[in-house]
Amino acid sequence: MCDQTFMAATFGPCDSCGKASPLMNIYIKSEAINYCSFCVEMMACQQLQKGETLQSLKKESDSLKKKLEEERGKLNDVELHQVAEKVEVLSSLSIKTRRVLKGHGNKVLCVDWCKDKRRLVSSSQDGKAIVWDAFTLNKEHGVTLPCTWVMACAYAPSGCAVACGGLDNKCSVVPLSLDKNENLAAKKKSVAMHTNYVSGCTFTNSDMQLLTSSGDGTCALWDVESGQLLQSFHGHTADVLSLDLAPSETGNTFVSGGCDMKANVWDMRSGQNIQSFESHESDINCVRYYPSGDAFASASDDATCRFYDLRADREVAVYQKDSVIFGASSVDFSLSGRLLFAGYNDYTINVWDVLKGTRVSILFGHENRVSRVRVSPDGTALCSASWDNTLRIWA
Amino acid sequence: MAANIVTMKKIIQQLRLEASINRVKVSQAATDLQQFCLQNAQHDPLLTGMSSSNNPFRPQKVCSFL
Repeated sequence: MCDQTFMAATFGPCDSCGKASPLMNIYIKSEAINYCSFCVEMMACQQLQKGETLQSLKKESDSLKKKLEEERGKLNDVELHQVAEKVEVLSSLSIKTRRVLKGHGNKVLCVDWCKDKRRLVSSSQDGKAIVWDAFTLNKEHGVTLPCTWVMACAYAPSGCAVACGGLDNKCSVVPLSLDKNENLAAKKKSVAMHTNYVSGCTFTNSDMQLLTSSGDGTCALWDVESGQLLQSFHGHTADVLSLDLAPSETGNTFVSGGCDMKANVWDMRSGQNIQSFESHESDINCVRYYPSGDAFASASDDATCRFYDLRADREVAVYQKDSVIFGASSVDFSLSGRLLFAGYNDYTINVWDVLKGTRVSILFGHENRVSRVRVSPDGTALCSASWDNTLRIWA
Repeated sequence: MAANIVTMKKIIQQLRLEASINRVKVSQAATDLQQFCLQNAQHDPLLTGMSSSNNPFRPQKVCSFL
């Protein structure tokens, strides 16, 4: 049939820019498009497909979102705790505080274990990072950084360096020296440069690359030696508060969570956002992979921790209780993945049964918010860092 | 606005990508998670509770001089 385009002059708000102006009423594929002449030109320049308007794009985006929900919903044939009904209920755990590490002058914000299973690095609001021997309570190294609020610290896989960053918008790598007289701060090298605070950092499988997350809404991969930015990851629409590297040897994915309530899984090589999960109702403070690498957990200000399976592409469990009303700041799994340790702003650590979704135990002891919980590499102990200026080792 | 169109196109591209990935049924994924937990349960010190002699953090038995 004929597909003529008709032009008729009317006046009103433009479908595209919303400004009231003389409109060119065009019909493309029998859909009425009322654009002002400027927008018609813009449409031509941007090579929009025929019939694409802001509304049609919005409609397509909404229908894609619905389709995604449907696809995910189709596979939700059973709940995790239903599958786990036949599993034995856990007997009570005998986990107690075994060590208290005192020495920081202000809130302890972050802690990371060394691969040797006994050393830890912790960073604090007082601007210092301390390396401890957890067996003997010895402070092995202390580094003073020029800014307060060192929110992120990480131990290098080799055990020879630590990385720390925070309000200075940078993440610096400090090589650890056995020479007591050496001034460690002098050898500090700035590796990552962000445009807002650094919230999390981790070395990748070697000492050579550092992955950081920042309040500027991005994550970035850096070469430690040259300080060069290797890859940046854009997609979050607010501050990124946490990241975790996938545990596999060949793995090159990581998960990040932030103030936009989303947890995103990224491919490190391409910078592509592979999967995205949006079910929390407030900021996600921490994300942590399950030991097998097929799932991850998140802790949020909405007082819940959630468990997401990557292969099913959906949330499979929510760890919450009516009596738990304070935000969760940090999570970590035990070695087998059966227990989820979560630190909360009500000064406690709740231990959840990952499979059944029930709370197994509560660990009391800290006198202020728990900012970070970390299980040691061999799973023998849990270290918690708190705003009460101390760290506790539980076993 | 022009900027909105570009943003919308990016969002749509991302959604198309996410919609196209292969997914597994929750029953299958849950079974695998459970299997991993059970397989590794005995090696999990915090779960099983290591004895004092093995766990360096637990208080040792008092040692006496011979």
